[in-house]
Amino acid sequence: MMTVSKMIDRIRFSLFSPEMIRKVSAVKITVPDTYNDDSYPIDGGLVDPRMGVIDPGLKCKTCGGKLRSCPGHFAHIELVRPVVHPEFSKVIYYVLKNTCPQCHKLLKGAKKDELEEVVVKETGEPVLSSAAPTAGEAVAANAKSKSARKATSCPHCKHKLPEIKLLKPTTFYKDKDTMLPTEVREWLAGVSDDDIRQLGLDPQYSRPEWMVLTALLVPPVSVRPSITLETGDRSEDDLTHKLVDIMRINQRLEANINAGAPQLIIEDLWELVQYHITTYFNNETANIPAARHRSGRPLKTLSQRLKGKEGRFRYNLSGKRVNFSARTVISPDPNLSIDEVGVPMAIAEEMTVPVPVTSWNIEYIKQFVTRETYPCAEYVVRSDGKRVRVTETTRQEVLDTLVPGCTVERQMMDGDTVLFNRQPSLHRISIMCHTVRVLPGRTLRLNPIVCSPYNADFDGDEMNLHAIQSEEARVEAELLMKVHDQVISPRHGHAIIKPQEDYVSGGFFLTRMETEFDKSEACRLLSIIGITRLPEPDRKDKWSGKLIFSALLPSELTVDMKSKFTRKLPDGSDHPDNSIIIKNGVLVSGALDNRASDEILERVIQLKGTDAGRTFLDRYGKLALAVITRTGFSVSLANYSLSPEALKQIDSLQDRMRREVESVITQYKNKTLVRLPGRTLSETLEDRIMAITSRTRDESGGIVEKFMGSDNTSIIMARIGARGSILNAIQMASMVGQQAVRSKRPSRGYRNRCLPHFKRKDRSAAARGFVFSSFRKGLRATEFFLHSMGGRESLVNTAIRTARSGYMQRRLINALQDMVVGQNLSVRDSRHALVQFTYGGDGADPMKANYKEMALDSAGPKDDLDM
Amino acid sequence: MSKSELNKIPSGEAVGIVAAQSVGEPGTQMTMRTFHYAGVAEQVPTGLPRLIELVDARKEPKKPLMDIHLAGAASQDEKKAQAIANEIESITLGRIADVEEDFLNKRINVDVDPDEMAHLSVELDAVRKKVKAAAGGEVETEGNVLHVKPKVNSLRMLRRLTNRLKGMPIRGVERIRRCVVIKGKNGYFIRTAGSNLSGIAKVEGVDASRLYTNDVKEVEKVLGIEAARNSMVREIKQVLDMQGLNVDARHIMLLADAMTMNGKIKSVGRHGLSGEKAGVLARAAFEETVKHLVNASIQAEEDHLIGVTENIIVGQTVPLGTGLVRLKMKI
Repeated sequence: MMTVSKMIDRIRFSLFSPEMIRKVSAVKITVPDTYNDDSYPIDGGLVDPRMGVIDPGLKCKTCGGKLRSCPGHFAHIELVRPVVHPEFSKVIYYVLKNTCPQCHKLLKGAKKDELEEVVVKETGEPVLSSAAPTAGEAVAANAKSKSARKATSCPHCKHKLPEIKLLKPTTFYKDKDTMLPTEVREWLAGVSDDDIRQLGLDPQYSRPEWMVLTALLVPPVSVRPSITLETGDRSEDDLTHKLVDIMRINQRLEANINAGAPQLIIEDLWELVQYHITTYFNNETANIPAARHRSGRPLKTLSQRLKGKEGRFRYNLSGKRVNFSARTVISPDPNLSIDEVGVPMAIAEEMTVPVPVTSWNIEYIKQFVTRETYPCAEYVVRSDGKRVRVTETTRQEVLDTLVPGCTVERQMMDGDTVLFNRQPSLHRISIMCHTVRVLPGRTLRLNPIVCSPYNADFDGDEMNLHAIQSEEARVEAELLMKVHDQVISPRHGHAIIKPQEDYVSGGFFLTRMETEFDKSEACRLLSIIGITRLPEPDRKDKWSGKLIFSALLPSELTVDMKSKFTRKLPDGSDHPDNSIIIKNGVLVSGALDNRASDEILERVIQLKGTDAGRTFLDRYGKLALAVITRTGFSVSLANYSLSPEALKQIDSLQDRMRREVESVITQYKNKTLVRLPGRTLSETLEDRIMAITSRTRDESGGIVEKFMGSDNTSIIMARIGARGSILNAIQMASMVGQQAVRSKRPSRGYRNRCLPHFKRKDRSAAARGFVFSSFRKGLRATEFFLHSMGGRESLVNTAIRTARSGYMQRRLINALQDMVVGQNLSVRDSRHALVQFTYGGDGADPMKANYKEMALDSAGPKDDLDM
Repeated sequence: MSKSELNKIPSGEAVGIVAAQSVGEPGTQMTMRTFHYAGVAEQVPTGLPRLIELVDARKEPKKPLMDIHLAGAASQDEKKAQAIANEIESITLGRIADVEEDFLNKRINVDVDPDEMAHLSVELDAVRKKVKAAAGGEVETEGNVLHVKPKVNSLRMLRRLTNRLKGMPIRGVERIRRCVVIKGKNGYFIRTAGSNLSGIAKVEGVDASRLYTNDVKEVEKVLGIEAARNSMVREIKQVLDMQGLNVDARHIMLLADAMTMNGKIKSVGRHGLSGEKAGVLARAAFEETVKHLVNASIQAEEDHLIGVTENIIVGQTVPLGTGLVRLKMKI
């Protein structure tokens, strides 16, 4: 399909000489205007048609090309008086300071070392890397130092050296006299090539006098297209406006010079040209008022176009936009496999997939071209690259000319390979390869088990889908990006795509000892996971959940671990389910918690590979959901209703806390409180109170767990690691506990108190944000207020954190993106400089490094990196 | 092939990007809270702010910190440990005395608090000597007050000298602001606020081979780049561990190795690794676009399109993974 016939090897950056500008220019701009009264472009104006066309239908006067084919041609403006290029004024300053005004020779450093040494000394950096300090750095260094100018006269011609000053951005002073750009230009032009080379510039590509402009390059109109408003008025681009300004003043300057106007007036106009050129290049130049649009909006000139997030580099060059993509809201579908994605019909009809026509599939392909309804062919690309749309009128003709070598673009179908992505793409598993399942409905669907790598939920999240357009890309995506190959995260080598929440609960209910099924239920469950042979019952005429679950396990699997959910038998001994034991693929004892299911998943992948991992996840998911659906699983207010007995215990706990806090405060007041090492007395008091309050809440946790019992769904979820924590249950059932603002008890608000409801200087628990109520009971007004103080803080923190970590990640990626593992396992950057001799010290892949069989042996083949 | 052979990292793998993502992605889950190290009465940044501080390669951490293990008997004897702690804690003149200028007599009165002095076992005479050395001129003792008559002519200079005297260290190791003796698993050790590796290493009774500081730049200065690299790994690992985030050590090591590969700690960002990239386009696309373009043009720099960003910009395949493979055949 796409053949790369040429590659760009390198790009050189340089300055344009005035001669070069005139050479590339298609037209010299002579009129400071755009269109005439008949709204026709003026010849020699700023939208002269020789610069290229932006209106459809017209032809370019220079190359004859049309809108698409004409790349645009540069023009130029002859400046009557030279003008300093503002971005290079620092470089000019650097050259002026280092050369003699009389003989233009280099002042010091007839030898190269001398000059460089100065640079090195002043940047304070030893030369370690091969990267020599750039001229820019040298400029900064030179500008700072005064010691660099010890000599008062030129060593060559003994001319007395003036003091050169640069008033930013563009004015030069020679001993308090302003230097006109003409003078600067002559000086720079006199510096010899050798001297320029010694100053770190390249005379062949960037002579310093070219930094004082005598001719200004005007970009083609395609760079600054005008837009036509609904009213029919034309609205010109900011750059065009700026160029008109430059032209206008330039012409006035010329007229004044020709009329023999006084020097003062000429210099004023000259400075005005300088201003316009300065703002034309950079409208955010320091000490220069920004040029504004009529509406008061600052103009977006060249510099602003390039830089920043919305600038050319980051927005258009580093950020590519693609076709063949779709985006819509996502929703869950547990019946899909984890590597499938449900695509709505509307999208499948719109997106196309290219299929090459061969002698083996031509009959099959013809069906698509013949068919008028989904799935049909949209386009046919002939072997000469000609693209024909398949419509009612062209269908027969296309069908007749369809030969091997053509490519047919048909609508998306089941089984096609696509990429699926959710932003922000924080890690590589934010984009994975899925297989299409065309489904009714209007949302994209995915198995909820794959939510975690995308960090997706279904509260309105949208995701993107990309149809792969070439065979190479498809193969690469299927081999490297398939969901089941990403189950293990490269971040830590453990599963990231794993059963969570209800899947864990379901697994727990399935495998705990109490669960058993009669024949019909057992058959139903086994059929869900695709097993057709009913094993012998293990409990008289019943099948235990453990037996059903064991059907998923490979026979090699042996696991022995402790469960997070521990129980005691009525006789006080440990419940057999407390330890999870799998022997040769049979779950002997134990109810699964999240750690156990993760372990089993990882072991299955190690033993049987990633394909088996996917099958395990798919089947386990279906089974767990079937079980939890059958059992029923919910929470209600009743889950958090404690008995009067429990409430009484919590009350007494809180009373004790009040007394303890009170006694610490009394100690503090009597100065009998023992200071903790390294803390002040009042800090000690705060520490002690915080310890008491947090201990109280934790102790109430014991009461909560005891009275809520191990049958409470909320407790089960917390204990098996499905969702929530014991703390959540405590806060709902017994007390919310201490609120904190900046890791301290809230203390600000009114003078010496948080709220007017409290006495001044009251340091008691209640006055400093301890919430005695539970969420179930409801918070008192003061408690509610103080609780919301803590809540606000965490909201603000979240917002700040996302911004800060986003920027950190951008920097990290940018710094490390070129690092690559070579053939000999060494890590190199883009310069091929060594970063690590062997990746990670052992050359192991972090994705696989947790394999128990992983051994650390010597590095692989010793050939040198050949890239 | 053996299992370990199969578990080798594939050549061409974009390990840099994976490392950056592995360190960066958990950033969103980190807390911003400061952590209170036992004893040292300071809120030490942890989590995201600390991680940013580390990759920025700041000159000094916001809260420098040291753990000083003790040699010999002192590690088992709280009193001896405390004695060492007292010895190294930096005490300024301002802490044991009221230093006030006497503009009328053009002198400075140093009113020493005898209690504080006794508590810290500082001799008045020693203070006198130090003050004299610092201020020059005459120093007279009158009870607990030292009258310093320095050779300065303006009142402004007097004021400046006063402030200098207040901050003058009388005893202890410079920059060590506070010390606490803590009982660890293997005996007592001293935790300090403020860090001074070379200063502490010279103190007697200190096990110089087990000094710990959280100041990576100082480790670089005192112990060299290899040590700084290890210190960087350790610090980043500690931040992530404290947040309960599991990140493979290889990613952290790659980050630390990249930051130290040229023999000097370089920050992650425009003044460090990203600012010194090979390609003009890569630098321009990161930050300070115009600066890099201007500098490239005056030096007639060439971009050889060897990095990732450059090739994305010109629309070519990226030199990573499958993009590295080339055909050595003329078509």
